[in-house]
Amino acid sequence: MSREIRIHGRGGQGAVLASSILAQAFVDEGKYVVAIPSFGFERRGAPVSACLRVDDRDIRALTNIYRPDCVICIDPTLPRMVDIFAGLKPGGTLVQASSLRPDAIARPATVATFGLCDAVGIALEIFGKPITNSIMLGAFARSTGLVSLDSLMDALERADFRDAGLAQNRRAMQRGYAETEVLAPEAVA
Amino acid sequence: MNNMSRIAVCDGNEAAAIGVKLSRPDVVAVYPITPQSSLVEYLSKFIAEGTLDAELMNLEGEHSVLSALQGACLAGARTYTATCGPGLAFMFEPYIRTPGLRLPMVASLVNRDMLSPQCVWGGQQDVMTVRDAGWIHMFCESAQEVLDTVIMAYRIAEHPEVMLPVNVNHDGNYLSYGVTRVEIPEQPAVDAFLGPKNVNWHTPLDPDRPMAVDPLTGGADAEGAAVFAAYRQSQCRGMQAALRVIADVHAEWAAAFGRRYAPLVEEYRLDGADIAIVTIGSMSGAAKDAVDAARERGIVAGVIRIKTFRPFPVEAFVHAAAKVRALGVVDRSVSFGWNCGPVAQEVLGALYRTGRTIPVLSFIGGLAGADLTEEHFDQVIDGTLRALEAGPSPATPETNWLNARAEGAGR
Repeated sequence: MSREIRIHGRGGQGAVLASSILAQAFVDEGKYVVAIPSFGFERRGAPVSACLRVDDRDIRALTNIYRPDCVICIDPTLPRMVDIFAGLKPGGTLVQASSLRPDAIARPATVATFGLCDAVGIALEIFGKPITNSIMLGAFARSTGLVSLDSLMDALERADFRDAGLAQNRRAMQRGYAETEVLAPEAVA
Repeated sequence: MNNMSRIAVCDGNEAAAIGVKLSRPDVVAVYPITPQSSLVEYLSKFIAEGTLDAELMNLEGEHSVLSALQGACLAGARTYTATCGPGLAFMFEPYIRTPGLRLPMVASLVNRDMLSPQCVWGGQQDVMTVRDAGWIHMFCESAQEVLDTVIMAYRIAEHPEVMLPVNVNHDGNYLSYGVTRVEIPEQPAVDAFLGPKNVNWHTPLDPDRPMAVDPLTGGADAEGAAVFAAYRQSQCRGMQAALRVIADVHAEWAAAFGRRYAPLVEEYRLDGADIAIVTIGSMSGAAKDAVDAARERGIVAGVIRIKTFRPFPVEAFVHAAAKVRALGVVDRSVSFGWNCGPVAQEVLGALYRTGRTIPVLSFIGGLAGADLTEEHFDQVIDGTLRALEAGPSPATPETNWLNARAEGAGR
């Protein structure tokens, strides 16, 4: 199994931390990973992204990702200003944070599997602010089955959260997993 | 492998900090600078939480950082710092004095491109600018190699026949922030590997055994000139001795921890190769992937990765280069005076010793945070093959700029 995953978010939502937690969970399941954050003058609200490559064997290339299998977008308004689908492979997966209905979300033909989660709604209830990273990791596990919720919860325990407590993030991840609607290829057809 | 280790998931900066912690330095002096900052934040955290028992000095700038460490090192302390780019430039005066003082420091350079124009991202212009300051320079490919090399660096620096400072280089951004699986050796195994601490045995600031340090020498008088020359010769002997010590220490590391790295020059798939890509640092993984894919297409290429750049491993490099008929050298920095990459220029110098004239192409890429992908290395392979077909030319071939705008596009 070799997969490339790109996480899009805004500065402050924890996209880069999410990529580290996901990397930890994959390693705990015996996989090899490389997670590389995009870099710029990061600041709260600015678009950020992180690349993650996962494989059954050691990964040597320390490069960005240009042809992702899966895009996770942890902010509902980001697709208006960033081409989150750039390079997405045909048969790809989109995991999107949004309160809209699936048919209200434009997505290219390359998206085969579509996971949708009202992450901001959940985040406002749990944290009182739109920090969506843990929720969207739960949504990713539910949408793709590439990693188990248990491994993600274990990885969460070891993460260093600045803005919220572990208990809140545990609840956030569980709700993200439970409250994600998945449109798989069969269902779409 | 006879050692237990645990698996961590961390980036290159954290891997370096863990390597430092396991090496038990006595004094750590720091000034933060992108992309090194998180490395020294990890060290500050280790010291604050008590898992590293070291004196931490947060100083007002890099010049003070290295000056403070000189005093600490002269007093017999094991020392560490990390910097890069403009921080290294500000450190230059004490930096260039350190090898002559024969101080066995270890310092990480989290390689960053140099100003101007303004840039805060990875590139090797910082280290290449100081390549002849007298420090030993090793370059790492992975976070695991960063951790392991930081520990090995203390054995190399403190070896009685070397007694020179070591820079462990790891590329800013891709390696400093790239998160991967890393094995962390157990402390007792590292303690056994490093042995009893006996830092700077020759010139301690010891009140019971006073000794003059850094004497005024040189001048036109014959005796002064000879004394100065003797110091320089001694530094050169230390550098040359380091080649053997680096090899020995890497062999011991492999025996103790089961991870084997080429100490000087790595030969990757040179068997039957027509050409090789010469790499340095974190670009090497993508180059190896490109070579594997090229071989599937029937193109017989390999990689020569330079791990130790100072002292330059002439013999090891010539041994590798003798197996191929053309080289494409990829630099993440610029030698302005030679209008090519600095590693390419060094390769030409080493090849003179072979008596063979083979095509050598210089490729410059990955500047200021630019990515060097498998596709870039495909270009390197194609260009080098074309040069091989054309045969060696006395004219200097044009330098190839990867990541540059296509001819005639935009401005």
